[in-house]
Amino acid sequence: MEWMAWTTPSALFFVGIGCIILTMVCWEIVSPTVASKGFLPIITTRGDRIFISLLSAAFIHLGFIGLTMLPLSVPLTIAIIWLFIVMKWG
Amino acid sequence: MKKTKSNKAWFLVLPVFILVAFSAIVPLMTVVNYSIQDIFGATRYFVGVEWYREILNNSRLQDSLVRQFVFSGSVLLIEVPLGIAVALMMPKAGKWSVVTLLVLALPLLVPLNVVGTIWQIFGRADIGLFGWGLNALGMDYNYAANPMDAWFTVLLMDVWHWTSLIALLCYSGLRAIPDAYYQAASIDRASNWAVFRYIQLPKLKSVLLIGVLLRFMDSFMIYTEPFVLTGGGPGNSTTFLSQALTKMAVGQFDIGPAGAFSIIYFLIILLVSWLFYTAMTHGDSK
Amino acid sequence: MNKKKTLGLSVYIIFLLLPIYWLLMMSFKSNSEILGGLSFWPDTFTFDNYMTIFTDPTWYTGYLNSIYYVALNMIITLTVALPAAYAFSRYNFMGDKHLFFWLLTNRMSPPAVFLLPFFQLYSSVGLFDTHIGVALAHCLFNVPLAVWILEGFMSGVPREIDETAYIDGYTFPKFFAKIFLPLIRSGIGVTAFFIFMFSWVELLLARTLTSVDAKPIAAVMTRTVSASGIDWGVLAAAGVLTILPGVVVIWFVRNHVAKGFALGRV
Repeated sequence: MEWMAWTTPSALFFVGIGCIILTMVCWEIVSPTVASKGFLPIITTRGDRIFISLLSAAFIHLGFIGLTMLPLSVPLTIAIIWLFIVMKWG
Repeated sequence: MKKTKSNKAWFLVLPVFILVAFSAIVPLMTVVNYSIQDIFGATRYFVGVEWYREILNNSRLQDSLVRQFVFSGSVLLIEVPLGIAVALMMPKAGKWSVVTLLVLALPLLVPLNVVGTIWQIFGRADIGLFGWGLNALGMDYNYAANPMDAWFTVLLMDVWHWTSLIALLCYSGLRAIPDAYYQAASIDRASNWAVFRYIQLPKLKSVLLIGVLLRFMDSFMIYTEPFVLTGGGPGNSTTFLSQALTKMAVGQFDIGPAGAFSIIYFLIILLVSWLFYTAMTHGDSK
Repeated sequence: MNKKKTLGLSVYIIFLLLPIYWLLMMSFKSNSEILGGLSFWPDTFTFDNYMTIFTDPTWYTGYLNSIYYVALNMIITLTVALPAAYAFSRYNFMGDKHLFFWLLTNRMSPPAVFLLPFFQLYSSVGLFDTHIGVALAHCLFNVPLAVWILEGFMSGVPREIDETAYIDGYTFPKFFAKIFLPLIRSGIGVTAFFIFMFSWVELLLARTLTSVDAKPIAAVMTRTVSASGIDWGVLAAAGVLTILPGVVVIWFVRNHVAKGFALGRV
């Protein structure tokens, strides 16, 4: 595993992604999702919404890194707020 | 068609999942790890998002990104209408339809580097018909020295290679239209254009989306053909994203920046393919 | 109208065939004749270029290597993709849409992105420079494509056929092999064609994952080019020989492909 060059932050990142997927699976088993239409232009299920928020979170981070020198906590906060908005009203 | 709900179907999918995950997830994780470190041989330092900042502000890479979008856009603009036109011209049935199908499929089966080789020879002014012909017509054509000519040749090569894919897909879409539609149209004395616009084009929508998706993605990762033909030159005029990345990773061995570059590249691909996929599946469900 | 169509199609076909003709013709010329001037037909017909390839082991093993890993890849891909495509076409299961999309992203992502870790990963598990290694790597983009195409064909088969077979007492594997697969024969033909095509033409991964034992013909070609000037004649001959297997494959599946395309599903 040495060649994979693990670091603590990236390991935490992937553990986090893994946890999100696991939570989604458990949530799905407990109460199956119903596709619904929110402010997003398409009908989405819970899984679609989490994917949309994660993907946009990635681009929010890239935008902040590329255009500003602000610390990472700023885009992170925005991304988390965005995630809740999409999950709740998407 | 209603599908049965059953999570046992996962067992049928599991081999595919394991096989693809082995080659997809482990490398992806590794690239993420690389992208946040500075690596020289055995020593490595954690650098955070420095590489990302550097890559995003690197003007050479921004240029190749723009170049890439222009190229993929031009590919679609030329190949999609041309492919539809060719599909409309193909014979509907009989021996000739099989022959045309086979001939059209031929360029698709030429290995990518041989496509480069073919056009490398064909475009040369001294030994290639195409380059010789253009020069004989009074044009000063040389793909190795003039950026515009190099662009034109790479584009023409891609059209030669891949228009058939769109044509074959559209052909299959056209065959799926029942004859009754055409009969109704001829009773109504519909013009050719009206037949195309209101009968054929709507039926082609789903295959065209597949074709556009495949063509966009494949032209977005084009590497081998320009590499063989021009080596990315003259200057950097035909250096597209994949080649810039390979140069960085394998040529200069800048693993960290190459990792960051890979992740950004991957995110763009992910976004675009998601948009296409959503358009496709939601178009179907209507 | 019909004349115009035939004319247009002929022009396009000439455009497709002319570069290939040029390559073919050049492979029968000697180097001095190629560089001597432009001609549409070789003055002296020579098979020297082909002899070079058939007698030099670095050349012909390249062909054998490529054919070997492409065949392996076709077998692996079809074996795993057939049941998976059946699952996608017949069942709703948890995460099916997301799984399908994830598979597709692997078809869409550029091999260049994963090049370095691929090399490391395959070296660390001992698959570097083996045929099976290249075959597995090509599964990354071929399996998703195969699932995608096959799913389309399978959805075209009515469900009643499955249900009747189960009532008649068929078990799943027996039903699948005896009844279902023959029904989508054309679909399998078309899929095999596409798998062959994408694995055969791919260079970047195949070149990175091999050094000597499994080196594909495409890599042999690029290295020979850079070595000592360009030997145009041999290069052209090698190019012609790489097109031939494709012609053979398409000849064998021609009826399936025509029928598969005619079914309106790809």
